[in-house]
Amino acid sequence: MALFDLRLQDVHSKLNNKELSVSDLVGASYARIGETEPAIKAFITLDEENARRQAAELDKQLKEGGERGLLFGLPAGVKDNIVTEGLLTTCASQFLGNYDPIYDATAVRKLKAAQSVTIGKLNMDEFAMGGSNENSSYYPTRNPWNTDYVPGGSSGGSAASVAAGQVYFSLGSDTGGSIRQPAAYCGIVGLKPTYGLVSRFGLVAFASSLDQIGPLTKNVEDSAYVLQAIAGYDERDSTSANVEIPDYVSALTGDVKGLRIGVPKEYLGEGIDPRVKEAVLKALAVYESLGASWEEISLPHTEYAIATYYLLASSEASSNLARFDGVRYGVRADNPSGLIDLYRKSRSQGFGPEVKRRIMLGTYALSSGYYDAYYLKAQKVRTLIKQDFDQAFGKYDLIIGPTAPTPAFRIGEQVGDPLTMYLNDICTIPVSLAGVPAISVPCGSADGLPIGLQIIGKAFDEPTVLRAAHAFEQHTEHHKRRPQL
Amino acid sequence: MSEPNKYETVIGLEVHVELHTKSKIFCGCSTAFGAPPNTHTCPVCLGHPGVLPVLNRQAVEYAMKAAMALNCQIADISKFDRKNYFYPDSPKAYQISQYDQPIGEHGWIDIEVNGETKRIGITRLHLEEDAGKLTHVEGGYASLVDFNRVGTPLVEIVSEPDIRTPEEAKAYLEKLKAIMQYCDVSDVKMEEGSLRCDANISLRPYGQKEFGTRAELKNMNSFRGVQRGLEYEQFRQAEILDSGGEVVQETRRYDDAAGKSFPMRGKEEAHDYRYFPDPDLVRLHISEAWKESVRATIPELPDARKARYTAEYGLPSYDAEVITSSKKLADFFEESLSYTKDAKAVSNWIMGDLLGYLNSNGLELTDVKITGQGLGEMIGLLEKGTISGKIAKTVFKAMLETGKLPKQIVEEQGLVQISDEGAIAAIVNQIVEANPQSVEDYRAGKEKAIGFLVGQIMKETKGKANPALVNKLLLERLK
Amino acid sequence: MSITTKDVEHVANLARLELTDSEKEQFTEQLNAILKYAEKLNGLDTDGVEPTSHVLPIMNVMRADDNRPSLPIEKVLLNAPDDEDGQFKVPAVLE
Repeated sequence: MALFDLRLQDVHSKLNNKELSVSDLVGASYARIGETEPAIKAFITLDEENARRQAAELDKQLKEGGERGLLFGLPAGVKDNIVTEGLLTTCASQFLGNYDPIYDATAVRKLKAAQSVTIGKLNMDEFAMGGSNENSSYYPTRNPWNTDYVPGGSSGGSAASVAAGQVYFSLGSDTGGSIRQPAAYCGIVGLKPTYGLVSRFGLVAFASSLDQIGPLTKNVEDSAYVLQAIAGYDERDSTSANVEIPDYVSALTGDVKGLRIGVPKEYLGEGIDPRVKEAVLKALAVYESLGASWEEISLPHTEYAIATYYLLASSEASSNLARFDGVRYGVRADNPSGLIDLYRKSRSQGFGPEVKRRIMLGTYALSSGYYDAYYLKAQKVRTLIKQDFDQAFGKYDLIIGPTAPTPAFRIGEQVGDPLTMYLNDICTIPVSLAGVPAISVPCGSADGLPIGLQIIGKAFDEPTVLRAAHAFEQHTEHHKRRPQL
Repeated sequence: MSEPNKYETVIGLEVHVELHTKSKIFCGCSTAFGAPPNTHTCPVCLGHPGVLPVLNRQAVEYAMKAAMALNCQIADISKFDRKNYFYPDSPKAYQISQYDQPIGEHGWIDIEVNGETKRIGITRLHLEEDAGKLTHVEGGYASLVDFNRVGTPLVEIVSEPDIRTPEEAKAYLEKLKAIMQYCDVSDVKMEEGSLRCDANISLRPYGQKEFGTRAELKNMNSFRGVQRGLEYEQFRQAEILDSGGEVVQETRRYDDAAGKSFPMRGKEEAHDYRYFPDPDLVRLHISEAWKESVRATIPELPDARKARYTAEYGLPSYDAEVITSSKKLADFFEESLSYTKDAKAVSNWIMGDLLGYLNSNGLELTDVKITGQGLGEMIGLLEKGTISGKIAKTVFKAMLETGKLPKQIVEEQGLVQISDEGAIAAIVNQIVEANPQSVEDYRAGKEKAIGFLVGQIMKETKGKANPALVNKLLLERLK
Repeated sequence: MSITTKDVEHVANLARLELTDSEKEQFTEQLNAILKYAEKLNGLDTDGVEPTSHVLPIMNVMRADDNRPSLPIEKVLLNAPDDEDGQFKVPAVLE
């Protein structure tokens, strides 16, 4: 069994018994990266020197004894849109190719407090805009299960690095499915927490009202541990929820008896791969066998979610990305003829096509004369979509469906067709708009490519989401499959 | 030249007032003026990737207080919006401002011009963040950006187009400044940029209902500059209209040294600020209890004080207006009254000697050392006859310069009035004998001659002789 | 509603993007497709529906007026493409 396939508790007991050192773990991480990275391309920046130095320090602490962080010694990857002081943070954009952050994101500070070791910064779709990692301005990350296929996105590097066993866990960010969909494509566990549970301070904003940081792990228990480490109120984030953080690990009781599950017919309708549908139905049978019940429900405004999402997210993005002007940081274009030319050239040279497309869409949607028709209308429809979930959760404990309508697609297959690409997010986007938590766990495969099951819960009810995901995992083998690399 | 009174001028003012919080509106950096460039900045106010704003409660409460003092209705629900535009002094390329749910709306203030009171409507007051500062270098080919000021909380106060003359505009600004001072929400120093004013001005023939085309006037650096800029603009637009031309709607920069305004280049592009609610900030719910707790911190405002000064102390309306136009001056006035009952005398000294001195030397009250106690006590000494009016002038000047109390000045300089009849009689005798010609002239009916003799006596006593006694004893001696 | 290349140029100007002719053409086509897709929202009656900008019912998040340390100037200027005398340098701003 590979080192990173061990449960977190087992890693920690091996560290206690001196069977293993943090330097071993970090060394294993870089060794695996050395083997697999040429095929996978999950990282943009590696931080080997610092990581090894930190490992040595943690080993010293291990010898001396004393209290240890929750994620002590675990090699971690961090998506490259989460700001790390002194460690290049590019958002996979040429514009930030030289950006040397002057502060740490709150999630990164929390990882430091939990004493994990940051191995490097993970590839992604530029500024988190995309669902395939093909929009990275450096190189696309490849799916460890079949390197001709996309790993999903935008947290493609985060998912691929965990699936390939390069790191023990990673952090990603999810705006419309960017943790869950790549987790599904790469056959791992990806959790998007409730909006407001994990601080956004230091997460380079794409769509502020939707963005959330979350963990990508090999199993549900690890997901609970990482969430425990990064969740919580942050006075630097005005949209951070001041709620008490439960013990997520102790919520994993294995007991799902009596849970009421709603299965939206809209998530299993037109456009869904029959193999995905079958895997989801089999998963539901597992829940039935464990004493839960399910029935088909309707989330009637689902068909409006994608349009709503692209208007809102692009509008917010057009404003969030305006700060990339070449004045204070980032790559400034050479020889501008004046100030406005400096802006235009720096931004046009710095941003890739998908980023430009969304800035254009968002700018248009907010511009004079169109605000009411597009932005305001979309905000109102968002209310209706959220109400769908509120109503469903009045009757059901969980909503379950596929994470994505299909398994991963081939690299290049959907390039140049943004609308089709957007439709891949039909099952994840409504959840983001409603702000509720959801996890993707492996539930099958098709042609060797993993399929993800999406378990959606009430706001701040991560304990039930994790409990149900964990129970499924305990009674299935999907999460134990590993890609051959 | 246009014939007078052909056109009616319509002016609306947009005033920005910096709130003097300790920290910036969305981060903990200091708002202190005058630090070396960019030393009061952090990732948040520099607009680094990933940062988020957190609202300063004090800024909200100052804005509420200012809005209440301007008689605005305070919103129950207020929110912040992004105003999107690219400019190097705006690090996020949007300014966090308030679009459709400002803190305050529908207010007014009363101004006094030529002895008449006029009410000017206030459309709205909203809270926003200030921008950075640009300095032009290399002969205008490059600019340097200092972000110390970025994020300083500002309130923008927009007036209704109720102002009809440049003089009214100046009076409005003075009243606004006074109210902000009384509320203690801002330093309101135009020279440090803590109060800034833009004006919209248009002309229309008397009787016409529709407004004429307006020009927006910027870069007016003093209240007088505002008045002069508007006067110039009034003249410029009248000339255009007289010659059958059309006023162009544009932004113009006023150059006070040249006494002219010029169209601003680069501002022609129609702005589309794409306002939308800032998703990084949550809404404000301003409860009645919160409103009342802020309202309770508003002190007596200039209009109320003015009314009290005319009613209670019988001050002329004009004097009361002048004294209450500055909170410091009004406080000085009231401090004096703790040491003397003669409010009119205090007012006269303030209106005459004090303001005369300040104005002719271009100073503010805080630049001189005199205290209200000093002035009050000095008036007491005058009443008691301890000092003469002439000596009082000397004492007053010494107080301006040293801040010492009058008793100390009088003692140190030996300025106590001579009221000893015997001592004065002796000097009277001496002067009468030394000036027989004047005595003869007086007796021959030349009343004027007595003035000369009094002058000689005062000279001999270095001005300290009690003038009433001198008069009495001299007349007796000449009988 | 259909957008033209001219609209695309206007929007690009607002967003401070410089587009090539082929980008303009491509964006015109793609934005039209996306906006046409978005027209389905018009089929929904949203009269009386409150807009959602925040999913969480949070209000009045404020901090006390306390100072926090600012950055040392080296950090402020660490990423500056061009600077002079402790300030960020840009081509002239026309007035």
